[in-house]
Amino acid sequence: MVNDKTNGKPNCEQVWREISNYLENDLEPSLRDAMDEHFRTCPACRSVLEGTRNVVSLYRDERMIEMPAGFSRRLERRIAQNVRAAGRPRWSSWSAWMIPVAALLLFAGGLRLANSISTREPLKNEHAQQAHHIPPEMPVIVSAGAKVFHAAGCPFIHNKATERTITAKEAMEQGYVPCLRCMRKYMDTTVAKAGSGSEDDDDESTAAEIEKNEKHDPVAQPEARNLRQ
Amino acid sequence: MMAEPNVVLNNPDQPGVTREEDLIARVQRGQTELFYELVRPYERRVYAAALAILRNEADADDTAQEALLKALAHIRQFRAEARFSTWLIQITVNEALMRRRRERNAVMESVDERQDSESDYAPRDFADWREIPSEALERKEVRQRLAEALASLDRKYREVFVLRDMEQLNIQETAEALGISVASVKTRLLRARLMLRDLLARGWEEGWFSRLPFQKGTKPW
Repeated sequence: MVNDKTNGKPNCEQVWREISNYLENDLEPSLRDAMDEHFRTCPACRSVLEGTRNVVSLYRDERMIEMPAGFSRRLERRIAQNVRAAGRPRWSSWSAWMIPVAALLLFAGGLRLANSISTREPLKNEHAQQAHHIPPEMPVIVSAGAKVFHAAGCPFIHNKATERTITAKEAMEQGYVPCLRCMRKYMDTTVAKAGSGSEDDDDESTAAEIEKNEKHDPVAQPEARNLRQ
Repeated sequence: MMAEPNVVLNNPDQPGVTREEDLIARVQRGQTELFYELVRPYERRVYAAALAILRNEADADDTAQEALLKALAHIRQFRAEARFSTWLIQITVNEALMRRRRERNAVMESVDERQDSESDYAPRDFADWREIPSEALERKEVRQRLAEALASLDRKYREVFVLRDMEQLNIQETAEALGISVASVKTRLLRARLMLRDLLARGWEEGWFSRLPFQKGTKPW
């Protein structure tokens, strides 16, 4: 069956070794011609060639791939979920804690605004009232000797050696009130982005009211005026 | 043969731009809801690539889906000079290989590699080849037998065969996807093809294809 190599012609073993490259059309023309000649005269190698070609053609048929039941449906659903999720803002680990803080700031601003518009009287406990809408599971920082709770990273945390993290709900239950310093910073940003007024729009009465409130609220700053329009 | 939408489909709205190219561009611009339509023609191939590496249908299912979602997440990195199908398959192969590495003991992996020999393989059956027509694939038991023959190959041969012959990556792409040399791909591919041929020849003897129509001009063993 194995021919001797004579006159540069490949024997059967050499043909088998190259049969895959033959199918790939990845041979020197001279070797390809020699193999064509060999196949014409060697039924065994012809059988190997035909069988190998048949194998490739059968497995290349897409019917050979049996899909798991429901694959397409699951994929379509997952892509749709992914697309919906991508449509929402992506929160980094840094910003994750800012979300509840921003919510807190917005709430605090809204409360102050409502206060200035509707009652024109200082709240008896402004901190406590603002705290009603703080996400109860938000992690906050408290420390010994102060009755104010802070968002992580707030520079106004006192007595840092004793600081501990609890949820906002626990803090409120324990009588802590939110720090308006960390609120104000983000509240200004939010309002500026929303384009709702500016310091230039302040009239004298608003400015006077701010001044009055600042006397009442030791942590309020002039930038807070945007929130009161 | 598996569809190649990139080649065969034209886009009536934009002459010269295939429907696939148009879809890719739109998804890259943010119309991600079109992504499923874009990848639907390749679901089978993606799944088959994962199955070839993982050999477990549930793992392959999950990995194929993860790979396609990863492709969506990185769609802007796709460059038009590559075939989209090849890009998807390469992502899938990477995902499957990573999963296998995570799940298999590193020691076992290295032992497997040492045990794999790439010595020459000689065909064992030389009787006249009796063609197995593609119509035979309509029969589930034939597909099942072929799948079993493929699954019986050693991993290194099976992977190369699937990527080159079923997924239709070229030799270079197959080498890159598996992280092996072109020469290794060629050697393994030859061996895989010859082994499968012998297994299919035995299938005739064992009656796998006994109900196939006997073709004029061929003779049984």
